[in-house]
Amino acid sequence: MAAQDLSVFVRHRDDGIASMELAVDGIRCAGCMQAIEGGLAREPAILGARVNLALKRVSVEWREALLRPEAVVEKLAALGFKAYPFVAERQADGAAVEERSLLRALGVAGFASMNIMLLSVAVWSGNSGDIDPTTRDFFHWLSALIALPTAAYAGRPFFESALRALKAGAVNMDVPITIGVVLALAMSVAETWNHGRHAYFDGVVMLLFFLLIGRYLDQLMRRRTRDLAGNLAALKAETATRLATDGSTTVMPIAAIGPGDLVLVRPGERVCVDGIVETGRSELDQSLVTGETAPAAIGQGERVHAGTLNLAGALTVRVEAAGQGTLLDEIDRLMDQAVGNRSRYVRLSDRAARLYAPVVHTLAASTFLGWLAFGLSWPEALMIAVTVLIITCPCALGLAIPAVQVVAASALFKRKIMLKEGDALERLAEADMAVFDKTGTLTLPEPEILNPEALPVERRAEIGALAAASGHPLAQALARALGAPPPAGDVHEEKGLGLSEGQGYGERRLGSVAFCGAQAEAAMVAALHPGASLIAYRHGAFRTVLALGQALRPQARETIAALRKSGLRVAILSGDRFEAVAPIAAELGVTELHAGLMPGDKLALLDQMAAGGHKVLMVGDGLNDAPALAGAHVSLSPVSATHLAQAAADIVFLGESLAPVAAALTIARKARRLMLQNLFFAVLYNAVAVPIAIAGLATPLVAAVAMSGSSLVVTLNALRARAAGEVRP
Amino acid sequence: MNIIMILFPLALGLGLLGLGAFFWCMRSAQYADLDGAAWRVLQDDDAQGETQTGETGRGRSSPQ
Repeated sequence: MAAQDLSVFVRHRDDGIASMELAVDGIRCAGCMQAIEGGLAREPAILGARVNLALKRVSVEWREALLRPEAVVEKLAALGFKAYPFVAERQADGAAVEERSLLRALGVAGFASMNIMLLSVAVWSGNSGDIDPTTRDFFHWLSALIALPTAAYAGRPFFESALRALKAGAVNMDVPITIGVVLALAMSVAETWNHGRHAYFDGVVMLLFFLLIGRYLDQLMRRRTRDLAGNLAALKAETATRLATDGSTTVMPIAAIGPGDLVLVRPGERVCVDGIVETGRSELDQSLVTGETAPAAIGQGERVHAGTLNLAGALTVRVEAAGQGTLLDEIDRLMDQAVGNRSRYVRLSDRAARLYAPVVHTLAASTFLGWLAFGLSWPEALMIAVTVLIITCPCALGLAIPAVQVVAASALFKRKIMLKEGDALERLAEADMAVFDKTGTLTLPEPEILNPEALPVERRAEIGALAAASGHPLAQALARALGAPPPAGDVHEEKGLGLSEGQGYGERRLGSVAFCGAQAEAAMVAALHPGASLIAYRHGAFRTVLALGQALRPQARETIAALRKSGLRVAILSGDRFEAVAPIAAELGVTELHAGLMPGDKLALLDQMAAGGHKVLMVGDGLNDAPALAGAHVSLSPVSATHLAQAAADIVFLGESLAPVAAALTIARKARRLMLQNLFFAVLYNAVAVPIAIAGLATPLVAAVAMSGSSLVVTLNALRARAAGEVRP
Repeated sequence: MNIIMILFPLALGLGLLGLGAFFWCMRSAQYADLDGAAWRVLQDDDAQGETQTGETGRGRSSPQ
C-alpha cells in the first residue's frame, strides 16, 4: 500500500500549529461527539478537536512537528469514525458575509422593536386615558431616536434590493416595503413635530424585524445546502494513486491531482480521473458512465472517464483537464441546453411577490386619492395611505415560504436526504411522473451476490479470503461483496479456471463451474438468475454456485409502489441493452421502459414528456444522466453518483436504500401544502385588515397586533412540516 | 416625570447590553453548531478530568 498524502487539506499557522476540517460519517448523537472529542484529546500532540454536530464536521488542531495529518484520520478510524478531510471554504465567501450581516441587522431590529414597543405601549394606554401631551411627544421623540438609525441600518438589505430592481426596470416585493418604511417614518416624524396622537415608529421597526427573520431563514437554508454539498463531496473520499517520475506511488485525494499528472489504476479500482491511457491494456466496466453493463476493451492512447471500473489489467493514465473529452464535450453541450429549460420555473414566493407589489401600490394610491376626493387634507390622506402600506405587511408573505423550507429541509436531513436547491421542494411536490435510470440507481452500483441462500454464513470468511487473493474482476467483486477480507495465503491460481488452496480432500476451489465440477447446481442457479455471472466453490463434498450481478437497491419495489400510489407514472430510461433492463423492469412491475439510450436521447425523451404536460422527476446517477437530471423538472441522485450527475441533481440522498425518493416526495408535498396554506392565510389576513386600514380606522396598536399575530400563525403552521419527518419509513 | 429620565436610559442601556452580548456571541461563533450545543450542556466535563482539554480549543478551532 502506498503512502497516503493529505497535506493539501492542512492549514498552517505561524506557531507550528496545523489544523484540518474533516467531514465525519456516522456522527449521530451527543455520545459520538463526546467520544470523538474525548478520544482525540487523549492524543498529546492534538491540541483541540471540536465537533460541529449540525454539519457533521470536526475541526482538529495539532502540533505540526509531532503528527502527520494522516494520523488524525487513523486516530478517528480507531475511534470508529470514518473521516474525510476537505478544503474549508474561505470565510471571505460572499454568502457567509451576507448571512452574518443579516443576522446583525436582525439583532439590531429586534433590540429596537422591543424598546420602541416599551414606549408605544405607554403611549397607547395613555391615549385611552389622560396622557400629558408633553410626555407623549417625549416618548415619540425617543422612539424616533431609536427607529431612525435602526431603519437606516437594518433596512439596508431591502433598500438595496429595491434599488437594484428599480434600476433594472422591475418591481419586486422590496419596492413597496421600502416606500412603506420611508413614508411611514417621514409621516411619523411630521406627526410628532405637530404633537400628533399616533406615530408608526413601532410598526416600521417591527415590520423590518419580521421581514429580516424571513430573509435570514432563506439565507440559512441556502448556506446549509451549500455546506452539506461540501460534505457530500468529501464523503465520496475519492483518492488516486499518483505515479511520480521516479516510479514511486502516493495515494492522494482527487483534489490534489492536477492535469498532466500520471495516475496508476489497478485492476478492480475505479478510474478517478478523466485522461488518456499512457500504458497498459484492460477492460472497463462503464456502467456508471454510460449505463452499459457489458465491459469494453481499452488500450494505449484511448480515453478513459472518471467513474468507470477497471477490470483486467493495470493502466497508467495521463490526467486531462475535465471537459475536454469527446463524451464530456457532448454532455457539456447537452447540460447547457438542459439548464436553459429549467430556468423557466418561477418560485412560489416570486409568483406571490409579482402579484403583491402592484396590488399594494394601487390600493395605497387609490386610498390616498379617494380620501383627498372625500375632502381630507393631504397629510391626513397620506397618513391613511401609509397605514395601508404598513398593514398589508408582507411579513406573513415573507415568512410563509422560508419558514416552511427550513423546517422541511431539516426533516429531510434527518432522513439523510439533502436539498441542494431551496425551490427543489416546490418542484418535487409538483412532479407527476418519475423517471429512473437503471444502472446504479435502481440497482446497486457494485455487483452483489444475488442468491445469498447458497452461501452458508460459516463459509463467508473462507470464500472471501480466497476471492480476495485473485485479481480476476469477478473474484474481486465477490470479495468486495463479502466485506473485502484479507486475502488467503498460499493460493494457487490457474489462469482462466480459478483458484485453489490446499491439497487432496481438504482442497478449496473457487472459480468457473467446470473447475469446481458444479454443473448441476449451476444449471439451477442460472435458471433463477438469468444474466448473472456465476462463480462456483468447492470444499470437499460441499459445492455451491453463487450468482453475481446487479442487485436491486433495498426497498426499490416498495418505493416504486409508493410513487405509483402517490399518483406518479413510473418509467425507466437506461443506457443499457434492452435484455439487461427488461428483467429489472419486470421485477419492479414497470412497463414503460426505454433502453439503449444515448445521453441526448434521454434529454429528448424528457423534453417530450414535458411537452406532453408532465412534470418529470428524474432519478439518476451516471455521467450520461447528468443532462437529463439538469433538464428534468426536479431531480434526485444517490450519493454514489458521478460528480457531474450529483452537481446537476437538486436533491442527493445517502445510503443504499431507494426509500428516500418516496420519503422526499411525501415531505415535499406536505411542505408545499403548508406553503400554500400560509400564502392563503396571508391573503385572508389582508382581506380583513386592509378594509379597516382603508377606512382609516387602523391605529398603530391595530397594526402591531395584526402584524405580529399573522407572523406567528404562519410560523406555527410552518412548524407542522416537521411532523412529516416523524413517521418512520 | 423625573423618574423617567433615569429609567429610560437604564432600560435602553440594558437593551444595548443584550445587543452587545448578541454580537459577542456571533463573533465567537456560538451559533455555528446549535444542535451540538444542546447536547454539550448535558456533558459532565468535570467527571472526566483533564481529558476534556479539547474544550479549550473552542475559540480557535471555530471558523474565524
